[in-house]
Amino acid sequence: MLLAGGLVYTSFSASSEVKEPSQLAAGAAPGRTYKLTGKVVAGWHYDGKHLLFRVRDRGGPISVPVRYTGVKPDPFRTGREVIVDVHKAGDTFIGERDTLVTKCPSKFKAEKQPG
Amino acid sequence: MPTLGRACLILALAIAAWGIAASIHGARSGRRGWVSSGRHAVYAVAAVLTIAFGVLELAFLRTDLSNVLVANHSSTTTPTFYKFSGPWSSQEGSLLLWVWLLSLWSSGALYLTRRRLRDVAPWATAVLLGFATFFVSLLVFKTTPFAITNPAPPEGAGLSPLLRHPSMMMHPPMLYSGYTLFTVPFAFAVGALIAGRLGADWIKQTRAFTLAAWACLGVGIVLGARWSYSELGWGGYWAWDPVENASLMPWLTGTAFLHSAMIQEKRGMLRTWNLGLVLASGILAVLGTFLVRSGVLESIHAFGASTLGVPFLVFIGVLVTMAVGLLVWRSRELRSENRLDSLLSRESIFLLNNLVLVGMCFVVFWGTFFPLISEALTGERAAVGPPWFDRYAAPLAIILVLLSGIGPVIAWRRATWANARRNFVVPVSAAGLCALTLVAVGGPAERPRAFAMFCAAAFVLGTVGQELFRGVRARRAMASESLPVALVSLVRRNQRRYGGYTVHVGIAVVFVGIAASTAFNSVRDVRLSPGDTARVKGYDLTYVRATSEVNSEKIAFGAVLDVRRDGDHVATLRPSQSYYPSLDGSLGALGRFFEGERTSEVGLRAGMNRDVWTAVEPNTAPLQKLIDEGDRRFAAAAGKLAPEQASALLGAAVRALAERYRRDPPPANFRLMVSPMASWIWLGVMIALAGALIAIWPRPPSARRELSGAYKARLARELSRA
Amino acid sequence: MEIALIALVAALAVALVAWPLRPGAPVEAAEDVERAALEVAKEAKYREIRDAEMDFRTGKLSEDDYRALDRALRAEAVEVLRKLDERSG
Repeated sequence: MLLAGGLVYTSFSASSEVKEPSQLAAGAAPGRTYKLTGKVVAGWHYDGKHLLFRVRDRGGPISVPVRYTGVKPDPFRTGREVIVDVHKAGDTFIGERDTLVTKCPSKFKAEKQPG
Repeated sequence: MPTLGRACLILALAIAAWGIAASIHGARSGRRGWVSSGRHAVYAVAAVLTIAFGVLELAFLRTDLSNVLVANHSSTTTPTFYKFSGPWSSQEGSLLLWVWLLSLWSSGALYLTRRRLRDVAPWATAVLLGFATFFVSLLVFKTTPFAITNPAPPEGAGLSPLLRHPSMMMHPPMLYSGYTLFTVPFAFAVGALIAGRLGADWIKQTRAFTLAAWACLGVGIVLGARWSYSELGWGGYWAWDPVENASLMPWLTGTAFLHSAMIQEKRGMLRTWNLGLVLASGILAVLGTFLVRSGVLESIHAFGASTLGVPFLVFIGVLVTMAVGLLVWRSRELRSENRLDSLLSRESIFLLNNLVLVGMCFVVFWGTFFPLISEALTGERAAVGPPWFDRYAAPLAIILVLLSGIGPVIAWRRATWANARRNFVVPVSAAGLCALTLVAVGGPAERPRAFAMFCAAAFVLGTVGQELFRGVRARRAMASESLPVALVSLVRRNQRRYGGYTVHVGIAVVFVGIAASTAFNSVRDVRLSPGDTARVKGYDLTYVRATSEVNSEKIAFGAVLDVRRDGDHVATLRPSQSYYPSLDGSLGALGRFFEGERTSEVGLRAGMNRDVWTAVEPNTAPLQKLIDEGDRRFAAAAGKLAPEQASALLGAAVRALAERYRRDPPPANFRLMVSPMASWIWLGVMIALAGALIAIWPRPPSARRELSGAYKARLARELSRA
Repeated sequence: MEIALIALVAALAVALVAWPLRPGAPVEAAEDVERAALEVAKEAKYREIRDAEMDFRTGKLSEDDYRALDRALRAEAVEVLRKLDERSG
């Protein structure tokens, strides 16, 4: 019983909301971490250290910019679906280290590529 | 051929439906002929599905590109090994594999129990065929593995390079074997409830299957973890991803069941609990199968939103309703006559163990489904990350390991404190010794959980060692055998007990490996040019030179890393990144290599006390100008070259590109990790598997007979006296 | 060709499934389910007696506790044996 109570309490406080780009574009509290999911837009840029890309809704064109520092996951590509923890900083969203996960498009068990 | 495949599926569906009807009729009328017919239906389904699966395998092995699955998941250049595993890299093929395995294990289970469990078996048959019906109808009505494309494409898409690894080949069959083997005890549990046979008979008859399910599922999970560790450029082996969790949950309830089943067999207690656990394991197994292919949760394993989500949910709903309904219906008969004799008894330790395991399962369940729960409750979808899971899993795991050390030392029914105290001296000293050593070596204070786990593991090793020692000593006293003989005969006469102890040791070792490699690892992401050295946890890694390799399938850029510790050469590692060309025709001739699939080859040096793990990410940006130039030239020359000329020139261009990288590599990104005791995880798994094998291994009938013979004689004497 | 194969497989499957239902198939003797359950209980009791002895020999039970437990278990076993005898008698 204690366990259940603890679970319920901490899960709500420790969780981060899952958002699509259109939702984040509409309004994101600065300093709060969100789990952003969507597709990578063409024209991303990687200079070996920072990955700058835009993520758009799965089913729409609204996109938000993300700046991510860390290893670029192997399957990262235009059109792929990604999940990344971000928080808003000024005009862009900063991706938190090691939280960028790219879904492999293959129809079977895709692999995780946080980087 | 595809018509044969399709026909077999329809045939299987029809036979399964017949089998359900026949079994139920036979169960209710008591007419054995119908029951046998139902059982034969299972055999027939297995045979027919074997043919269907064979047809699919044949299509893959012959690279029959008219088959849609083959065209999408294989190619003429795919190595045979991966052609063989091609079927289950697709949704449809994997479903066929699932139901085929189900039919095989069902046949085995029903064959072995054909003369027993007369009341229960027919219902179990119906349930197993019910599972088969569901899966086969998906394959007949919703998504078929035998779809054809006309005309057949000239070349297939090939297997995703990330899946080209033996672990990945074996991972699905192992997992599915685990899932489908769990349906056997599930079906017999349902049968027992319907028939009102609530004793331990069904548990005993299906125990081998439960153990096998547990072992297969465990191996499947570990294969996935191992693959992640050695194939992905990430360096981790577990991320609490929803699909990983989905396979872990039935394993946890299965483990709990294996323990509490022993209590039911001995004391007739906990019957409702056991049934609940078995039913839950079966349902969670189907849930796991469903989660992978539903797109319901954000997971990198998701198949994407597929049309199979709703049927699966309905099926799971039916299973849950049935399970709960049956338990409620029989609740009165299920209440046991026996109570716990004492809190200090092996029964109560097992009960605690069960609570911890179920607690862990609940944690995993809650965390996995949290996005859905939070959405339902607050309207916002929120997710919890790995740190949340770790926070609960770690202490629960420590308690679990501790319990596995305490359990063997406490007697059944009732133990006395004096005895317990005496028996714990050795293990507690072992743990204490471990604690002192760790403190002396330094540093455990910052990592209390890892510290606690190490001591708990020492405790378990102490317990098991003591048990072995005393057992052998007792054996020698009773039968005056030599030491090795005594050991062997001790284990043979108590396979379950010592197999179980071995498993406990294995699990403890696994947790030690997890604790050490999580708490004490060092990771550095650095950018190195040739000649640079990076230092990670006492190791110096020098980027010696770049490498490049070209073959018919891919281009690979990599690095040679020289690893030294205190000046001594430890290893030469060659991490690399492979680029597979995309089939997309709109990309340039050269450019498509770098827009296609990409895999990492990890440079790994594993060792007993640490792993040195490296991954490289070459920087191809400086080559971009060359690539673009090449693309332009090839596009301009497109109409003017014969195909052989074009491919020869392309080959030369690719090789030139590779050579250019090798000679003049721009700085590359490296992920360097030193992970202490990571290999203990894989070692522990093997120990645990050995333990499971010891427990499952069939006892020579002569040993069994002689044992019960001796007791029969003694008891007969008392009977005559009474 | 394929049609022939399909027909063959279907025929074999039907034959396999219908085999136990053919007229004149031997009727298996009704298993005494109660007896089977008692046999299982008997085996379980033997196991318990053996485990208790193991526990004693490996020092988990004191001699007095063991003797008491052993007596109780044997009495329970005798009960089961008696019930078994009644069934077969």
